[in-house]
Amino acid sequence: MSSRKSILEAIKAIPREEKPLPDLPDFGISGELEEGFTQSILGNKGEVLEKSVFENWLATQDFSKILSLTESYRNLSTIELPKDPHELSTLDLAILEGQFGVAENGAIWLDDSQLFLRAIPFITEHLVIVLDRKNLVPTLHQAYQRIGDAHSGFGLFVAGPSKTADIEQSLVIGAHGAKSLRVVWK
Amino acid sequence: MSHPQAAGEFLKDHPKAKWHDETLWFVRDKRDRISKTIPEWEELRNLASQIKENVLSKLDEYLIEFEKNAQANGIHVHWAKDGEEHNQLVLEILRKQNCTAIVKSKSILTEECHLNPYLEKNGIEVVDTDLGERIVQFLNQPPSHIVLPAIHLKKGEISELFHEKLHTEKGNEDPTYLTQAARIHLREKFLGAKVAITGVNFGIAETGEFVVCTNEGNADMGVHLADVHIACMGIEKIIPRRKDLGVFLRLLARSATGQSVTNYNSHFRSPSPGKEIHIILVDNGRTAQLAREKFRNSLKCIRCGACMNTCPIYRRSGGYSYGSTVPGPIGSILSPGLDMKKYSTLPFASTLCGSCSDVCPVKINIHEQLYEWRQEITKTHGELGKGLSMKLASGIFKSPLAYKISGNLMRAALKTLPKSLIYHPINSWGKGRNLPETPEETFKEWYLKNRK
Repeated sequence: MSSRKSILEAIKAIPREEKPLPDLPDFGISGELEEGFTQSILGNKGEVLEKSVFENWLATQDFSKILSLTESYRNLSTIELPKDPHELSTLDLAILEGQFGVAENGAIWLDDSQLFLRAIPFITEHLVIVLDRKNLVPTLHQAYQRIGDAHSGFGLFVAGPSKTADIEQSLVIGAHGAKSLRVVWK
Repeated sequence: MSHPQAAGEFLKDHPKAKWHDETLWFVRDKRDRISKTIPEWEELRNLASQIKENVLSKLDEYLIEFEKNAQANGIHVHWAKDGEEHNQLVLEILRKQNCTAIVKSKSILTEECHLNPYLEKNGIEVVDTDLGERIVQFLNQPPSHIVLPAIHLKKGEISELFHEKLHTEKGNEDPTYLTQAARIHLREKFLGAKVAITGVNFGIAETGEFVVCTNEGNADMGVHLADVHIACMGIEKIIPRRKDLGVFLRLLARSATGQSVTNYNSHFRSPSPGKEIHIILVDNGRTAQLAREKFRNSLKCIRCGACMNTCPIYRRSGGYSYGSTVPGPIGSILSPGLDMKKYSTLPFASTLCGSCSDVCPVKINIHEQLYEWRQEITKTHGELGKGLSMKLASGIFKSPLAYKISGNLMRAALKTLPKSLIYHPINSWGKGRNLPETPEETFKEWYLKNRK
């Protein structure tokens, strides 16, 4: 007998009473969405910036490889989107467009249509996500309502830079992925 | 080694044991503070518990639905009845790819199946990419905590280890410096691996997708650079609907580390063009646990580790004292189901204080199940050494006269007898416990004197 069959038959043979699947209430948050989102991103060790502040910051940086995949900053790209993500191993800055943000925890949703190559938000040294402040939802409940039955091969909630506390619980930013996250209001 | 023996070893290094205790309590405290910011926290726990209750009552149907949808998305679905079959399936996929080196992100399931030694025996280099897991892998140790794999190590030890393995400066204990060294070392591995293995936090029946959560981004670094992604998933990780993720992701990171969400929450539905995703659904004792009505709820576990952080025994005995892949309170109710004899001391490694059940995000009645396992184990394996003293005590407590005489005798004796006699090896209760100072008079004597 195949393992599939034996596992399924073993489960079927166990007498169980069917338990109901609960409906999910629509929990919200108290307070303003933009303020909540900004505080959440700060808590996750990211930053939220106005456009002008971001542009001033960028002018002070000396990045040689920039890949911008958002309409807002298309002209900032210094390289073409490659076919193979390995070619991005020395990428300094990626600029992506976020679909929407979640106020309670700072998570920003992107899927294949914003990512182009799934490795980009991880392999880049620094990550910028451009987000429309109108596109904020209170909690993950509304976030999944918003995603609905959209079909993408890959979807990501990114909420901050790569981080670890595996050495004596000391927080270190920049474990394997992006060393910083800046959210820029559109 | 039994839990009390192994705990004794751990406690020999008193300052380190104290640090371990305090550090985990700090994590527990962070969990408390963040959970208090969510007014509906208790309602979320109830919902999560009910969703899992529903899953366990229809697990076979959900697994079939998950498989159908995953296959329609272009994912290869495999089934493994035990760890051995799981490991063979992984090796087969690697052989087909002519792959001899892989990267792997955190997966307690692959620890449970002992995948690493199996692959290494078959000539595959396995690199664990979670920083904590890489540290313990360098030491040839398993993780001592399911969320904080290297919590039993001090930075001095890690500094020495990295000096030896990664040629970092001798004596440099700065966590940022050490992490940066690991980043450089692991980046090379990520860029070179053709196959990446991950665990699974949630599999969604409705869509056939699965979700992997990390803070480091190591799972994604591995899979998006590799040609083939193998995801290893225990069959109990199924949830019915995509929107149920709203409940579980709100609870998971807050319960685990006291943060509002993990920084990366990746939803895998179909492979990138030209790439492959394989998912292995593993039983390895889970259907047997499902059949044990009293212990069925243990399968609701989402592996957050909150019960470990809060447990007064775990904090003071360390993960290795349990000798099982999943340590702590949840491990002590899961492991006896796998091997009751081997893990017979684990359900006793608890004060039954109930703190584990209080923090569990899916409301598993952990402390009640610990108590239930004690009954099962005592029935099967006898009374474990305390039997003689307990029988004696029972006889004394049953007879008022015997109680009076022995009480007077003991008060006199405890004051005069040498410690070696009181804490004799035969008296296993006395091991690790101190008797209180004996009072001058009994309560009965005090009452008679003071009732006027």
